[in-house]
Amino acid sequence: MINSLTYLAEAAEETKHNPIIPVWQEIVVGSAAFIVLCVVLMKFVFPLMEKTFQARVDAIEGGLKRAETAQAEANELLEQYRAQLAEARTEAARIRDEARADAEGIRQDVLAKAREESDRIIAAGNEQLSAQRESILRELRSEVGTLAVDLASKIVGESLADEARSRGTVDRFITELGAGTGGR
Amino acid sequence: MIGPSTVLAAEFPPSVEDFYLPSILPWGAHDSYWFTKITVLVWVAVAAIIIFFLVSYRKPQLVPTKKQWMAESAYGFVRNNIAIEMIGPRGINFAPYLTTLFMFVIVMNFFSIVPFIQISPNSHIAFPAILAVISYVMFIVVGIRHHGFFKYLKTALIPPAPWFILPLLIPIEFFSNFLVRPFSLAVRLFANMFAGHMLLLVFTLGGFAMINANAWLAPISVVSWLMTIALTFLEFLVICLQAYVFTVLTASYVQGALADEH
Repeated sequence: MINSLTYLAEAAEETKHNPIIPVWQEIVVGSAAFIVLCVVLMKFVFPLMEKTFQARVDAIEGGLKRAETAQAEANELLEQYRAQLAEARTEAARIRDEARADAEGIRQDVLAKAREESDRIIAAGNEQLSAQRESILRELRSEVGTLAVDLASKIVGESLADEARSRGTVDRFITELGAGTGGR
Repeated sequence: MIGPSTVLAAEFPPSVEDFYLPSILPWGAHDSYWFTKITVLVWVAVAAIIIFFLVSYRKPQLVPTKKQWMAESAYGFVRNNIAIEMIGPRGINFAPYLTTLFMFVIVMNFFSIVPFIQISPNSHIAFPAILAVISYVMFIVVGIRHHGFFKYLKTALIPPAPWFILPLLIPIEFFSNFLVRPFSLAVRLFANMFAGHMLLLVFTLGGFAMINANAWLAPISVVSWLMTIALTFLEFLVICLQAYVFTVLTASYVQGALADEH
């Protein structure tokens, strides 16, 4: 208490302070301090921060752009693959059609050839048949003649001496025979 | 703990003289202001802010570290929520100064609730006055640069009103824009910090005064000291709010100076 009393006494002797009147020494000190603060922060810190912010924005935007280009590239590739696939498909279809057409053509060819061949074979057979028939007919004619003559001579009991006469008889007989069968 | 004898060195009720502590160098002098607790605190604030920002922003990285993030949030808060919000895209140019101002005011204010310090330099009007004068000069210079001297005076002083009312409006505009602004800016901050300190003093010293006067009053002293704690929280609110208000008003003055219409 004594302390405080002496202090009070001292304070009372001092000029009273008015809180609204600034102390000029404090103004000097405060200005200097604030200027130091401003210089340091505004020169060395905040521009750096703005730069960092900008770099960050760039990094993010760059990343986005990179992703975008990658996406576009992928899309393009996909489109390309799709186009290639479609092309391959049409190509395959074309090849299939062609092959089908070829196969049909070949079938037709083979068929035609076979038909031709069969026709040829039939014709040859026919020809051969008729030739055989001719020769058989010829053989038969002579044999029939002989047989008939033999038969006749046996029946009649006399040999026909005159060959020419006999030939004439045979020929006549056969002609009659041919006329008899010629109506067929 | 500061013993009662030291605290009671100041009488109760507290007076303006409690804001003017004896100087440190020369020790105990009452009329020397170069090296006092107040000026030391100012330098401490400046040093603390500078060290914080320089250390946390020494090696800035794209993906910030925790410290870097904190420094960036302080700047980002003022830049985005005050400068750009109030002034618009051009506010980025003012963001460095506004952030410096904000940090300086809030740290200086904060001393008023730091144990063992518990007085803010801003409770001496010299410091708010300096900041207010800088804001004042700044918005006028910005206005003149943007519009030119006469056009700026015209936009600042002549509101779009019928001619016959102008003789009344121009003095009011002049008074409010060029006389009251710096004064109100400085006094608002100073008075808040002054009153905050005064309140804490009243309740702290009041507790001691009562317990000294009568031991039976001890419970009331305890209540008084609990009030001090509660008021410290209130003071914290005031600290942040006043720093914000000072910065926002400065930004708003700059915005007014840059605005093309009234």
